[in-house]
Amino acid sequence: MGSISRISGPLVIAKDMLGSRMYDVVKVGRSELVGEIIQLKGENAIIQVYEDTTGIRPGEPVVSTAAQLSVELGPGILTKIYDGIQRPLEELIRKSGSFIGKGISATPLDRRKKWIFNPTAKKGEHVSEGAILGYVQETEIIKHYIMVPSGVDGKIKEIKKGSFTIIDTVARIEHKGKEIEVQMMQKRPVRSPAKFRRKFASDEPLVTGQRVVDTFFPVAKGGTAAVPGPFGSGKTVLQQSLAKWSNADIVIYVGCGERGNEMTDVLTEFPELKDPYTGKPLMQRTVLIANTSNMPVAAREASIYTGITIAEYFRDMGYGVAVMADSTSRWAEAMREISARLEEMPGEEGYPAYLPKRLAEYYERSGRVEALSGKTGSVTLIGAVSPTGGDISEPVTQGTLRVAKVFWALDASLAGARHFPSINWLNSYSLYHEALKGWYVKNVNENFVEDRARAMKLLQREAELKDIVQLVGEDALPDSERVLLTIGRMLREDFLRQSAFDEIDAFSSMKKQSLMLRTIMHFADAATEAVLKGVPSDNISSMKVKAEISRMKGVEEKEIESVAKRINDSIDRETAELVKAEEAPIEAKQGKK
Amino acid sequence: MEFEIEYETIESVAGPLVVVGRVGNAAYNEIVRIKMKDGEERLGQVLDTSDKHAVVQVFGPTNGINVSDTSVSFLGETFKAGVSEEMLGRIFDGQGRPIDGGREVPYSKRMDINGEPINPAARGMPSDFIETGISTIDGLNTLVRGQKLPIFSGSGLPHNELAAQITRQARVKDMSEDFAVVFAGIGITYDDSDYFVREFRKTGALKRTVAFINLAGDPSIERILTPRLALTTAEYLAFEKNMHVLVILDDMTNYCEALRELSSAREEVPGRRGYPGYMYTDLASIFERAGIIKGKKGSITQLSIETMPSDDVTHPIIDLTGYITEGQMFLDRGMSNKGIYPPINPTGSLSRLMNFGIGKGKTREDHRGVADQLYGAYSRALEARSLSSIVGAEALSESDRRYLAFGEQFENEFIKQGFNESRTIEETLTIGWKLLSMLPEDELTRIKEEYVKKYYQRK
Repeated sequence: MGSISRISGPLVIAKDMLGSRMYDVVKVGRSELVGEIIQLKGENAIIQVYEDTTGIRPGEPVVSTAAQLSVELGPGILTKIYDGIQRPLEELIRKSGSFIGKGISATPLDRRKKWIFNPTAKKGEHVSEGAILGYVQETEIIKHYIMVPSGVDGKIKEIKKGSFTIIDTVARIEHKGKEIEVQMMQKRPVRSPAKFRRKFASDEPLVTGQRVVDTFFPVAKGGTAAVPGPFGSGKTVLQQSLAKWSNADIVIYVGCGERGNEMTDVLTEFPELKDPYTGKPLMQRTVLIANTSNMPVAAREASIYTGITIAEYFRDMGYGVAVMADSTSRWAEAMREISARLEEMPGEEGYPAYLPKRLAEYYERSGRVEALSGKTGSVTLIGAVSPTGGDISEPVTQGTLRVAKVFWALDASLAGARHFPSINWLNSYSLYHEALKGWYVKNVNENFVEDRARAMKLLQREAELKDIVQLVGEDALPDSERVLLTIGRMLREDFLRQSAFDEIDAFSSMKKQSLMLRTIMHFADAATEAVLKGVPSDNISSMKVKAEISRMKGVEEKEIESVAKRINDSIDRETAELVKAEEAPIEAKQGKK
Repeated sequence: MEFEIEYETIESVAGPLVVVGRVGNAAYNEIVRIKMKDGEERLGQVLDTSDKHAVVQVFGPTNGINVSDTSVSFLGETFKAGVSEEMLGRIFDGQGRPIDGGREVPYSKRMDINGEPINPAARGMPSDFIETGISTIDGLNTLVRGQKLPIFSGSGLPHNELAAQITRQARVKDMSEDFAVVFAGIGITYDDSDYFVREFRKTGALKRTVAFINLAGDPSIERILTPRLALTTAEYLAFEKNMHVLVILDDMTNYCEALRELSSAREEVPGRRGYPGYMYTDLASIFERAGIIKGKKGSITQLSIETMPSDDVTHPIIDLTGYITEGQMFLDRGMSNKGIYPPINPTGSLSRLMNFGIGKGKTREDHRGVADQLYGAYSRALEARSLSSIVGAEALSESDRRYLAFGEQFENEFIKQGFNESRTIEETLTIGWKLLSMLPEDELTRIKEEYVKKYYQRK
């Protein structure tokens, strides 16, 4: 046992700490605040404390728990909301009311609740670490598999069936001559990645229901994506849309140093929203980590590790897990704050020199793997970045872009015009196009990849033409180019723009996306051809069918096919009429007037 | 504390900081009383404590403090402020001492001014529409109860008028509930402070107002306390006395400068433009003290004013605030110069909680669509405007010319309104539809078809 010799904000220096190890969790002071050793200097330990240090004094005791910062894993974890060090926030309300008091604690998982354990392994079977022993139907949609804990390898001496709490023994395994009792709850340290057999590339996208993402900048299951954007550009709304509508089996949403009301929004909305794939409340597949901006800064630093560790646990059961970290900049700032108090030599913009390494290590915990159980699971990691002043040359954005494979560049000017999601289609990229091509051809349709490439080219051409228009005016362009402006605007307004708040538009299936894109490309073909045949571009831009195309996003999934067909017919009919009018003898035209 | 030791062991004084030696067990954030030889007393707070000495930040000037005969005693508790309903109608200085010449306030309890974070799971979702009577706010960036929204302004822009107008006009559906205003003047001039007091008096709001005023000439370190005192009072009134409290923080830029001053005195590693690296966390500990709590009747809505140094929206103060608050109102110098009041530029403004406060049963079914369409049309108008400044209005297409005209009328009829003009949400939406009806019906694709059919004004 040691004692406090200095306190400066979340940082405490303790003396007489010989024998304690790096990253051991310690209890600081008489109020037993949770802390973690982050530096050792002789017999002094430097501790970052996860709670407010107000009121503690030099001389108070510091006790090491001789364990690393860990999370509790087991049935009961889904639908929960935790703080950065996995304290259950709803439990804390019961203990200290609406405000988070000091030094309060509660166990992350309910020790008394009983779960029905269904064994799948048999007595006498040889099992090793990570192998599946059985399962608990935790929510209507998720089977929670119980795995052999870390370091255990041997023959099953006994396996039970029935109703147990998470701390009851459900199996006994002979390990090196000793009998190990296995419970449903296990603990994992948050700072080291979980073991797996092998990692492999993904060939399947995380379908998000967001057109600009799925069609133009998809992220693979097990992939990584970065969302940098200035404030007000819609990072959080996008992250929440992905959490709501993506086809992940499990969603871990980490609110790291963000707004309290945003977490409330998620908490009020998720239990009511239905998962478009299973029809069950979204909350049943969700774990929330909320360490808002006014909660202790060191716990904020821990929160994203807590999130990814829970994600790896479900990955090992064979699930596709998506982690939304909002925002990794706040995590980096927490690191900077601790580093400054340690008086470390600062790197760029005051961030510690190890920032890029930490970022890379974190993003490397994503991936599609063959787990120790033999099942295939994935962790997809989507990190929001909040660059100061929207300047993406700052260290956190740059460190992230070096490791993330998808870049969704949020754009303040798009957000200002209320074009959401404000993902800039010219600056963003996805490096998964090649890997996912096969999936799109097989599961969407053969033309889709080609349509997408053409649409992207059109958007780029439109941007170039708009530059010219800025200088000389639209009238100076030939009709063949003016029609491209009409098509470009249609792509932007009617396809890329998507309302997260409209009941129907919030989610577009791949089928709907491809039909919408096909329709617009059909319009593009028909319009271009008509212009070639002499139809003035003004007549194209006043075509009636344009309004119908723009309302396609509001069409329900079950009607989209028939609506698309009708619109495509209208396109053919209207362009044919325009061409016909153009080809008609001049006298006839004048006669009409 | 039962015993109080007076330490006469000041080792150094630098800026607002005093280092006291041979202390040994001062608690972190503990409050200290500093007594000068002539009997004058000042308060301070422990910022760093070790088994050898304590670093104390003094609230107030450090003149008169000396190394030989100034004594320091540690009070054994954190900074607490007295709170009570009797504070309504009263004016206090930046440290919470009455300055209106009134009688002593009988405090009902003392609360830690740093508060405690609201448990995110205990928060209620803010969704009560506040009608401010200002079209750009109600129509495009609706404010709800429990929201925190800053006004990003610049020197010489009418942010004080706007804040006063909002305070005067703000209404919710159910007005029977108790309301209160807590005003924190942080490093503002006497004129500004006097303006607010007069405004509050004129409208009768003064007797429902608690004001804390730290003037520009007052010690800057006091500015660290002022918003915290205001919010502690607000929390008491809202969550213990069931009132709906509007907190006005004016001007948070001055607060941040005091924070920088303190940080540099502590010789900390500076972040961007010399502001401390923890400024985000520090600002969050203020702004996050807004909201509503499940099971409690009251609410705290925050309106803060921040003047952007040289109108720079990427300045660290503005930038960090924008990342914490639930949107912002952005005042535009160009608009103000054109004589548009309030010069709220819709393009830079945003209310993140708007969607929870609008729609059927709250404002009107078509509200979302109208707002989106006005935004879309105005941004096309701005495009057309910049185009016409290069190629001339004659070279614009017919459609662009239509949007150009829309933009002018939008600024003059929708955005512009009188300082004493209060529009109902119905009136605001009607103006919106009048303007949208300048555009062809089939271009209103951001609004549901049925609402276009219902509200579009056909000629």
